[in-house]
Amino acid sequence: MAIVFEKPKALTDTVLHYCPGCPHGIIHRLVAEAIDELGIEGKTIGVAPVGCAVMAYDYFACDMIEAAHGRAPAVATGIKRCRPDNVVFTYQGDGDLASIGMAETVHAAARNENITVIFVNNAIYGMTGGQMAPTSLPGQVTQTSPYGRDVNHCGWPIKVCEMLSTLEGPEYITRVAVNNVKNVNSAKKAIKKAFQNQIEGKGFSLVEVVSACPTNWGMTPQKALEWVQSDMLPYYPIGVYKDRTAAKEAEGK
Amino acid sequence: MAKVTFRTDLCKGCGLCVSACPKGILAIDAEQINKKGYSPAVMTDQEQCIGCAFCATMCPDCIITVEK
Repeated sequence: MAIVFEKPKALTDTVLHYCPGCPHGIIHRLVAEAIDELGIEGKTIGVAPVGCAVMAYDYFACDMIEAAHGRAPAVATGIKRCRPDNVVFTYQGDGDLASIGMAETVHAAARNENITVIFVNNAIYGMTGGQMAPTSLPGQVTQTSPYGRDVNHCGWPIKVCEMLSTLEGPEYITRVAVNNVKNVNSAKKAIKKAFQNQIEGKGFSLVEVVSACPTNWGMTPQKALEWVQSDMLPYYPIGVYKDRTAAKEAEGK
Repeated sequence: MAKVTFRTDLCKGCGLCVSACPKGILAIDAEQINKKGYSPAVMTDQEQCIGCAFCATMCPDCIITVEK
């Protein structure tokens, strides 16, 4: 019998600290599978965020650096410019990338830095106990919006992919989800493409992964994935928001 | 015939594999408690497994190995 599925080599044997049913584990695996399939484990440098994924440096077998809150794209910029032959990726949550790190993210995209950004959007601050995030949905109940997010008071959730795709800079901006097998498989393709773009020197690639937080949403893991489908995906539709190479090819035809 | 093996001691009993299985042959075994204190997922009928690896695709803790 041949093995059709096993743990990728780019993940270490460290036990993940995530809550039961947390899709962070799935997304870690997809990144590790992309690293394995492209054969770049030896020259990949990851930048871990602040948030639930802060201990990602224990889980990936490649070299890892921990950045200050939100500054992963800035740190990755430095690494990539010093070591252009290495593959540099950041792994960030919505509280990290879309809140305190928004400036770094937008400017790294505007400069078209040749890095790969994995952005995990679960519409809440997970590690600190479920506070409202810039991506929390209108009406969503969190620790700091117990009557639901009031858009007149707190503003509207930020759609990162739509916003970044208006910039001239970035090469590839896409949104995927990990709420079912089909979406996980497309997420894997998008993440692999984001790494491939960097290897080919095309520039800034960001993959937003719509994820879940069963613990802080107060749901079972199954119910949380259903909520992703019923509530999150209508507000954050999956799709490719910018793909410069594909657009150029389409123009050429 | 396909074969699915679990690293049971690492299972957190989230049940995402159970709901992903198209054959409905995975279950959370409430009788068992693993090292981490969770009731782990188990295979109830290996004969019916088609080796689609949907369970492993959805497993957040990467504890499932599928052979075919």
